[in-house]
Amino acid sequence: MSAQHIPTATIDPQAQPAIEMIDVHKWYGEFHVLRDINLNVKRGERIVICGPSGSGKSTMIRCINRLEEHQKGRIIVDGVELLDDLKRIDEVRREVGMVFQHFNLFPHLTILENCTLAPIWVKKMPRKEAEEVAMHYLTRVKIPEQANKYPGQLSGGQQQRVAIARSLCMSPKIMLFDEPTSALDPEMVKEVLDTMVGLADEGMTMLCVTHEMGFARQVADRVIFMDYGQIVEMNTPDEFFKNPQHERTRLFLSQILH
Amino acid sequence: MSTAVDMPHFVRARQVEALPPPNLARGPIAWIRENLFSGPFNTILTLVVFYLLYVSVPPLMKFLVIDAVWTGTDRAACRADSGGSESGACWAFIWDKINYFIYGSYTISQRWRVNIFFILLAVGVVWLLWLKAPRRDLGAVYFFWVFPVVSYVLLTGGNENFSGRFWLGFAIFGALVIALFAFVAALLKASLRPALILGGGIVAVIGITLALVDLDFGLAHVPTSLWGGILVTLLVATVGIVVSLPFGIVLALGRRSKLPIVRMASVIFIEFVRGVPLITVLIMANTMLPLFLPGDMTVDRLLRPLIGTALFASAYMAEVVRGGLQAMPKGQYEGAMSLGLNYPQMMSLIILPQALRIVIPGIVNTFIGLFKDTSLVAIVGIFDLVKTIEASRIDPAWAAPTIGLTGYAFAALFYFVFCFGMSRYSLGVERRLAAGQKR
Repeated sequence: MSAQHIPTATIDPQAQPAIEMIDVHKWYGEFHVLRDINLNVKRGERIVICGPSGSGKSTMIRCINRLEEHQKGRIIVDGVELLDDLKRIDEVRREVGMVFQHFNLFPHLTILENCTLAPIWVKKMPRKEAEEVAMHYLTRVKIPEQANKYPGQLSGGQQQRVAIARSLCMSPKIMLFDEPTSALDPEMVKEVLDTMVGLADEGMTMLCVTHEMGFARQVADRVIFMDYGQIVEMNTPDEFFKNPQHERTRLFLSQILH
Repeated sequence: MSTAVDMPHFVRARQVEALPPPNLARGPIAWIRENLFSGPFNTILTLVVFYLLYVSVPPLMKFLVIDAVWTGTDRAACRADSGGSESGACWAFIWDKINYFIYGSYTISQRWRVNIFFILLAVGVVWLLWLKAPRRDLGAVYFFWVFPVVSYVLLTGGNENFSGRFWLGFAIFGALVIALFAFVAALLKASLRPALILGGGIVAVIGITLALVDLDFGLAHVPTSLWGGILVTLLVATVGIVVSLPFGIVLALGRRSKLPIVRMASVIFIEFVRGVPLITVLIMANTMLPLFLPGDMTVDRLLRPLIGTALFASAYMAEVVRGGLQAMPKGQYEGAMSLGLNYPQMMSLIILPQALRIVIPGIVNTFIGLFKDTSLVAIVGIFDLVKTIEASRIDPAWAAPTIGLTGYAFAALFYFVFCFGMSRYSLGVERRLAAGQKR
């Protein structure tokens, strides 16, 4: 099955898709990074995206909250099309949480301030309520006792869990993960993955760029393999790992699975 | 043997407890040997430095303190031919002229107003800079609004006597500002009420300011041509510092803006102002500005160099701030954007607090440079501290060999106290901010 033939019939026509990418192209100068991306993400769907470095997987999910601009095609997130309108882009970003490879916490603010900043300033939530929400999510990622420390005082795994909590404080409908465990020491990968599994179990719509194939097997509804800016193969995890169709996918899997 | 050096198999049986470091040699002798005479090169350096100190410090102390003349009423005290001592500083001269050095030619009966200005300035500075001061938000309102207005009225005498036409013009201006805010709110589809409150607030603040300046408090008018000395130096420095930081930030953001016109305007301003000497800027502000303005409009003699120095410092400040902005990792912008913060929120809450922290040394460097550059306003005939010293130096009543040196020593002392104070305060700020967020 190739990317161009998404079985649209399987998508429930009642439910509007969470994300729709239609014929999306992107160039960095002359370099064609994203080519003909077509993707429909249902609500509550968990998608894992893998591929060699430079294949455009990060660029693709960064287009969804407009950290990168696409030059051709349409991207519709939660019913809002991403155009040049700044107000709409902010609207989309409010609904879409993102977790980065290097956490991108704000080092000059405490953990609690990191988590309450956006609810207070973007959602105009009263400070007290925002702090309650923040403590709720910090408890959920199991670090409420670190609330008054600064990011630099935490381990990588803790920082990444704070980053997840910070996104959750905005009650997003969709979460994007851009290689969330790639910058972590091996001992800390599991604590972050456990948090993500918990999130997946609660029905969050998730797009996750990762090479953690165990995670893909455990939670993903679909696995996407990208190369040269294209979606090369997309399938359920079972089929994807057991029975890869495309030659490039087989080569990639043989190199990362031992 | 406790470790596995040549054993093929090793399992640690007992945890090694943390021990204090070995007891190194301590005490002053050990310290001197280690830090001053640790090797031949270090020893030579130490001896050279000691020699230089020996050559420079004792004569300086002899001139400034030991041989100095502390009392006296005229040149006789500092002249050898009239029984005085002329090998040391003539502090009696400074003491005699101190009022001129502080106030310039400010009307003598009105000098209490300048004293109140100094007190108000000190209160404002302490309120803002002393971290444990109560209600520092009110302190900001005081320093940036109440203090300038009160100072203006105090120092000039106020009572500007605005005409009815002026107030009519202001009413039209105010209505236009409020309409503009309402229009922008409608354009952005934001709610109207906060926009009206904001616009009304700005108009009200300007209106109250103008009304206060207009009111007759019964203070005699003191023209700026009479101001001088430390009063002018502190005034120019304070205005320069207070204006240059925000204006420099705006210019730095403008230079990094994606909008070509904004960027071009910022680049042209920064490069032009930075590319010419301050003296040129001052002379231009002094002599050319009046030529460009319509005939019936004049800018105060003191205000011209004030604007000149403030703009000059802003251009430098802009480049310092830009350095900080460029040091910010892209991830900070992305983290802020992904949370839905808009540009002003992202800049004011995330980027600028961190960027400014990085460039505190550069900012304070610019402030110190500005503080000392204020002495250049003398070029356009403003009597700042250095100029008042120059003028007093040639007073025949005080004609003595050491008068000039003493005057400049006094100026050096004055500038050093303020600049060193700024430097120490900034070091304290750096330490405090670093303690908050160990990386």
